[in-house]
Order: sequence, then structure tokens, then C-alpha cells
Amino acid sequence: MPTPTDLGLPETPAFRHEVDAETELELYRSMERLRRFEKRAYDLFLQSLVKGTSHLSLGQEAIAAAFGASMRPGDWTFATYRGHAHTLARGVEMAPIMAELLGRGTGLMAGKGGSMHLTSVEHGVMGSYAIIGAHLTIANGAAWSAKLRGTDQVAVCFFGDGTTNIGAFHEALNLAATWKLPVVFVCENNQWMEYTPIGSVTAVPRPAADRASAYGLEPVVVDGNDATEMYGAAQDALRHARSGRGPVLMEALTYRHGGHSRADPAKYRPAEEVEPWLLRDPLVTYRAHLVRKGVDEGVLKAIDEEVLREVDDATESAKNAPQPDLTLIERDVWADGSSAWRN
Amino acid sequence: MTLMTYRDAVARGIAQELERDDSVVFLGEDIGAAGGVFKATGGLLGKFGPLRVADTPISEQAILGAAMGAAMTGLRPIAEIMFSDFLAVCWDLIANEIAKTRYMTNGQISLPLVIRTGNGGGLRFGAQHSQSLENWAMAVPGLKVVAPSTPEDVIGLLAAAVRDPDPVMFFEHKGLYSMKGEVPDGEIVDTLGTAKVRRRGTDCTILALAAMVPRALKAADVLAAAGINATVVDVRSLVPLDTATILDAVARTGQLFTVEENPRLCGWGAEIVSVVVEEIWDDLDGAPIRITTPHVPLPSSDTLEDATIPSVTRIVDTVRKVME
Repeated sequence: MPTPTDLGLPETPAFRHEVDAETELELYRSMERLRRFEKRAYDLFLQSLVKGTSHLSLGQEAIAAAFGASMRPGDWTFATYRGHAHTLARGVEMAPIMAELLGRGTGLMAGKGGSMHLTSVEHGVMGSYAIIGAHLTIANGAAWSAKLRGTDQVAVCFFGDGTTNIGAFHEALNLAATWKLPVVFVCENNQWMEYTPIGSVTAVPRPAADRASAYGLEPVVVDGNDATEMYGAAQDALRHARSGRGPVLMEALTYRHGGHSRADPAKYRPAEEVEPWLLRDPLVTYRAHLVRKGVDEGVLKAIDEEVLREVDDATESAKNAPQPDLTLIERDVWADGSSAWRN
Repeated sequence: MTLMTYRDAVARGIAQELERDDSVVFLGEDIGAAGGVFKATGGLLGKFGPLRVADTPISEQAILGAAMGAAMTGLRPIAEIMFSDFLAVCWDLIANEIAKTRYMTNGQISLPLVIRTGNGGGLRFGAQHSQSLENWAMAVPGLKVVAPSTPEDVIGLLAAAVRDPDPVMFFEHKGLYSMKGEVPDGEIVDTLGTAKVRRRGTDCTILALAAMVPRALKAADVLAAAGINATVVDVRSLVPLDTATILDAVARTGQLFTVEENPRLCGWGAEIVSVVVEEIWDDLDGAPIRITTPHVPLPSSDTLEDATIPSVTRIVDTVRKVME
């Protein structure tokens, strides 16, 4: 097993919170759901059932699971095009997500959004955004609304390392800090933008954390492959934002197990980089951690089986779902349901 | 009735909505303490406080993102983008995010927000602070587009925009801020998607928008003296477009002119001409004629700028040449 230092991770855990047994199993189940769903989505892409594109969170599950387990029902998630995991982690059912990936009428958005735009307002998933940077500014707006309306809701905005070099990132951070908004910005630093390593095009080693001081924020670096650490970090960040002390900018270090999108085999990454990260697979290590703590392996196996059934059911249901009705094309441009531009 | 400027009408219109509905908020650069770069938002900060009238940094993406996020979570923001030229630095928020989110989410998210912006030329500001960009917004499905030409319309259409459940781009004309007009007392609420016939004539129909409306009306007076009676329609709303009023006015006279401040290509008049030609061809006596700015960036010098944007003289000359 590579040491944290080998991978540039924090040397000592910084967010050790006591995690109760129920939450531990919740985290495990959540990560297992994300992992199995993404693997199935990949298979279905290779079978040409998932059309267009998909961006998977394989290897990055601990981040979504930790926040999913920590956020309250009224809190808001703002995700990127790599957003299946964050949508699932807020408790959205698999079947409508799978159907959306397959472009079916029973999809989460009836086939009008697709893999990159998963949204479930009733679960607090306020959209998955596919233009880098924009949703940081939008998350600010939700947080501003919470502040003005006097609620204690928090907006959590997930984004990749590449986002830290676009203008909207900096505009959003400055405004959030100036207005002391209840927003948590979570940079999932998976080391690679699309096909280029983040370090090769960024002026500082920690693309998010090293920018924090520019906005008067504390740099927060977390081992994003350690579910226990991530859970503690999520708890701390949410508490900070909810208490009116302003935004948090967190950099969670992790690694994309697969390519950027579609069937990208990610051959551009050197094996000596990939292998140690795969050994720190967040799901494998968390399972081992639970077993070491005395959790019955039978319990974990039962969870695995339940999750697999859920994925199988979602797959079958999506495959058998009807195509979207063509009347949807000209619906819902406007609030009255129409797309009329003239009388 | 009160005689007031277009600029004061902006402040009155915003105040009317802030007063009426606690969920209305207003944000932008220099709008609060400074009262707006065009002095169109003075007094609002003092009256409604910094939480509802929020000065922002020079961060147009952050402004529109904040408006969008607030709109999807229960507020009704009015965001100001100081010059419409600056829409170019936040066009992602407008065209990709705000315009498309309801559709992409299958109606899950509503965005009741207004983007106000100072539009148009005539102030010698040069090519990056003078453009008429309503056509950009018109080209994107999911945006409503309004451009008032009188103080009364500023208040009424702004109220309609704020109360509308969809995103509205509200193009104020910088050249009109000092214009005065009679405004009724009390609450004013207009209707989006409605054009107004400003003058009735029998010989031809001139369609105009924003600052081109007073020019078209002046031209119509000159033309009347020469024996040509023009109908002048203030288009007011590009999306939704009041084709009923427009087609009726054109059919009655048989001859259409558009007066557009925008550069020639893909101006709003081109879309209207295509609707007219497709739907009331038999009512036309001659080809529709578009009077536009040539397809160039706007020059700065007063001599050059005045000769570039359609003027009263150019409108009169063009109409006379066709009608005689």
C-alpha cells in the first residue's frame, strides 16, 4: 500500500470524527451504489445503449458519499457533468437516472437533459452543469437566497481541478467570501483535467487550496479517497457554512479510475501513477477498515447484493422504458409549458 | 400624471416591485451607493437596504450566477449588467444556463429573473460600449426580450418582466435615459409580448424599437408634410413577438419598413420580414425594406456615429424613395 506521502496526500488525518455504526454502513452502501451504477453505465455505453457521452466518478465515490450522508434535506447540491454520483448520493433512485442515460421517457428529465445535466429538485440536486465554472456562481445564488430568506440551508458545489483555472471560479470565490455566503466549494482534484495533468498547466501545486488565501479563506486539503476523513471534512465544512461564517473551499485529493469520458481508456496516464492510486481504492480500503473494526462481512455482502439487484432492476427498467414522447420537443421552454415565441 | 425621465422611470419601476414583493432583490455594479453609472437607480439602497439592493464586484458571471441561483430557490432577482456589451463576458450564464435550464430539467426549475442592461449607441462611447445586442438574446430559445422606448413603458414592462415566471432580458436604451415623458401615477403594470401602434397612417408601416421609435415618429411627421402617412409600430417585445399587431398594421398599408439600430445581419427586422412575407404576401404592395446600421462596429466620432445609426433623415429619404 502506498503511503499518503507517495500520493501527495496529507500526512496525518485531519478530520477524524467519531462515525457511528449506522453511518458507517450508510457510507459503505452509498459508495457501493455509486461504484456499481457507474460500472453498469460504462458497460451500457460500450453496448451503445448509453448514447452521446458519460463521465464517471469511478474512484471518486468517497467524496459524493460523504457529503450525501452529511447534507440535510433542504441543502442544495450543484454538480458537474460528472454528476451521476452526486445525484445518487442525495438519494435519487437509480432507475430514472439510468433511464435518462438511455434517453428514455421515464428518465429523470424525460430524456431532455441527458447524462451531463442530472437534476432532481425534490432531492435538492439543483442541476448538473456542463460548462466549466458556471455552477460555482449559481451555487452562490442559492446560498445568497438562503441568507436573505433567513434559512440555514447550505449550497454544496462540486467541481474538478480544471475548474480552478477558469474565471468564473475566481469570481464566485470572491463574491462568496465578500458576502459570507453559506456555500461549500468542493474541488475533486483527480489530478487530470481531461487529458492533461492539472499540475502541468497550473501555477501552484494545490489548484484549489493554494488559491484559498487570495479570498481570505483557510486552505483545506482532504484525502478524498478516505471515506472517514471525507465524512469528517464534510461535517466540518457544512457546520462552518451553516453557522454564518462564510464559504469553505475544500480540495479533496482523489483519482479517476477511468478516462475522462465515454470509452476513454486513459492510456495517457503513466502506470506508475495509476497503480498506487488504484491500491488506495476508496471502496476497497473502506471495506477493509470496516472489517478491521469488526463489522460482519456478511452484512457488507448483503449490502453488495442488494445494491447489485438495484442496479440490475434499474438497468432492466431503463432498457424496457418507452422512448420519450415527441411532443416533449416543444414543451417547457416557458413556465406555461409552451415554447411559443409569437402570438 | 407626472413628467419624468426614462432614467427616473427605471428607479421608480424597480422601487415599485421591491415595495410590492419581498422576494424581489436587485444586484449589480455601482447600483447602490453610487446610484448607477447612468444614475438610473438612485435612492434604492437607502430605501431598501444593502441586503435587497446589493452592490457587486466587477464580476458579470458572478452577478448572473447569483441571480440564477437565487431565482431557482425562491427569489425574483433583477440583475444589472451595466453595458449590454458586457453581456459578452457572461454569455455562458445567459445562453447556456439561464435560458436552457427549465427545458433541460423537464420543467423542474423556474427562473423568474430579469437582466437589465444599458444598450445602444449615440453617446460616442465607441464600439465596445454602444452596441444594440437585443438580437443576440432573441436568437436564444428560453429568453424573453424587451426594449422599452418611453418612461411609462420602462415602468410597466419592467413590472411585467419581474412578475413573469421566465427569464427576461430588459434592454434599456442609454440614449433615452434623459428623455422625458408623461407617466401615470400609481402602480403601472404592462404586458410582455405586446407591440404598440404609436401613430396611425394609411400609406406605409414603420416598425421600430427603443431609440429608433422617437426617430421613426419624427420621420413620420416629416413624411406627413410630404403627403406620406405612415403607421409607426413600437415593437417593444421581441420575444414573445406580437405578430398579430405587426401583421395587422403591415396588411393595412401594404408597405413595410423596419428601423433597426443593430448591424444589418440577423437583425430583428429580418425575422419579422420573413414572417410578413410568408404570411401576408398577398397584402404587400412592394418589397419590405430594412433600414439598419451597416454591418460594421460602431465608430466613436460623433460625425461618424451619427452617419452610421439610422437617422430621421435616412428614414425619411428611404421611405420617400420607395413610396414616390
